[in-house]
Amino acid sequence: MNVTIVDYNSGNISSVINSFREVAKDKVNITVTTNLNKIKSSDKIILPGQGSFKSCVDALNKINGLSDALNEFAINNKKPILGICVGLQMFADIGYEETETKGLGWISGKVSKINDQNGKYKLPHIGWNQIDIIRNSKIFKDIENKSHMYFVHSYEFIPEDKNVISATTDYSSNIVCSVERENIFGTQFHPEKSDKFGLKIIDNFINL
Amino acid sequence: MLKNRIIPCLDVKNGRVVKGINFVDLKDAGDPVEQAKIYSDGGADEICFLDITASNENRDIIYDVVKKTSKKCFVPLTVGGGIRSIEDINKLLNCGADKVSLNTAAVENSKVVIDSSKKFGSQCIVIAIDAKRKGDKWEVFTHGGRNNSGIDALEYAKQMEENGAGELLVTSMDRDGTQVGYDIDLMSKISSKVNIPVIASGGVGNLDHLVDGIKLGKASAVLAASIFHYGKYSIKEAKEYLDSKGIPIRI
Repeated sequence: MNVTIVDYNSGNISSVINSFREVAKDKVNITVTTNLNKIKSSDKIILPGQGSFKSCVDALNKINGLSDALNEFAINNKKPILGICVGLQMFADIGYEETETKGLGWISGKVSKINDQNGKYKLPHIGWNQIDIIRNSKIFKDIENKSHMYFVHSYEFIPEDKNVISATTDYSSNIVCSVERENIFGTQFHPEKSDKFGLKIIDNFINL
Repeated sequence: MLKNRIIPCLDVKNGRVVKGINFVDLKDAGDPVEQAKIYSDGGADEICFLDITASNENRDIIYDVVKKTSKKCFVPLTVGGGIRSIEDINKLLNCGADKVSLNTAAVENSKVVIDSSKKFGSQCIVIAIDAKRKGDKWEVFTHGGRNNSGIDALEYAKQMEENGAGELLVTSMDRDGTQVGYDIDLMSKISSKVNIPVIASGGVGNLDHLVDGIKLGKASAVLAASIFHYGKYSIKEAKEYLDSKGIPIRI
C-alpha cells in the first residue's frame, strides 16, 4: 500500500512524517511529495496544514494542478483522505482567517475564529483536550470516548451538515474536532502529537 | 475541558543534559534523547529543550538531538536557545521541532517574531521572557540572563502577543534555580495582560509550586527542570498531585 503525505509547503510537517513512518514500519510505503501522478496513484492521502487558512490555501494553489489532483482523488475516485488541522479546515467552502478565502468546498461550511468570550478563553486553544465522540468513526476504532488529543488552533470548522461531525471538544463551545463523510476524514487535533492514542488513529487510517 | 500542561525542560549543552543553578555551575547528567523519551512515556504533556550555550558554540549538535528525539517522542517538542533567524527556525522545524522559543532575537529584532509567525504560524512561535524584578516592575534580560535590556516585561509581553507570538514562556530570573517557587506576582500579571497562554518557569522546588503556578499564577502550563531531572518527582507523581488538588490535568 502507498500512503502519500502531500508536501505543499504548508508549514512544518516533520512530525506528521515521523509519526506515519513510526506506525507504518515496513508494511506500508509512506511517500512525501507534491508529484501529481504519485498523488493520483496513491491508496491514501494525508493533507496536513499549519499556519493560517489563507496561507495553506495559497500554498496549495501555487502548485499547478494540485487541487484538481486532490479533487480527482477524493471526490471522483473516493479514495481515503485525512486532513489534519488546517488540512481539515480546507475541506470547507470558505475561511475567514486573515481575509475571506475559498476552501476546497468538499464539506459545506465555514471556518471562523473561536469565540473567546471577551478574553475568558485564551487563544490559540493550545494543549490537551478530551474528545467527545458523538458518532462512530472508522478512525476511532479502539479509541475510548474522552481520550485526550493535542490541539493548537484559533479557528474552528463549522460544517452545515452536522451529520459529518464524529467528535467535538469543549473549549468555549463544542468545537468540531473530527469529521467523516464517506472517504473523507479530518481531525482538528494533531494525531501525530497525541502520543499513543494519536498514533492509534493514524494506524486506523492506514488500515482502513 | 482543556487541561493544564506539565512541561519538563532539559537544558542541553554540547548534546548533553545539564541544569544550572542561576544559569551557572553546570552539572552533566545524561543523554537528552533518552531523557525526553522517559518523560514522554511518563506522561509529559510536552518536552522542552533549551540549548543553553547555543549562542556561541557549535549548533549542529542540537539539530541531531532534535532529529533523534522527534523520531521517538510523539508529544510536542519545543526547542529554544540561540535561535537568531528565520533560517534557524526553519532548520529546527525541519529536524522535527514543533515549536521554537525565541529570546534575545525577539528583543533585538521584533521583525523576526512578526515574520516567523506569519511564515510558520503563531502556533510554533513561543517567546521566552527572562524577567528580573526591579522595584514593583520587571525588566527583560537577554543573552541567557547576562544583559539587561531595560524593557518592561509586561509591556513587552503585550507587544509580543501583538507581533504574533503563540505562547509566552516566562522565567523569573530571581527564582530560577532557587527552588522556592515561581514568581507568582509576575506570572499572574503577565497572564492577565495577554490573551495567549503563559508557561510559568523558574523556581520550582516542590509540587505545590506547580499548583500555585496554575491556581495563583494563572499559567496555562508549568515548566520545571531539576525536580524532574534529578528524580525528586516523576511526571506521573506531579500529575496525580495536581489532579488531587482539582487542577484539570491529562492522566
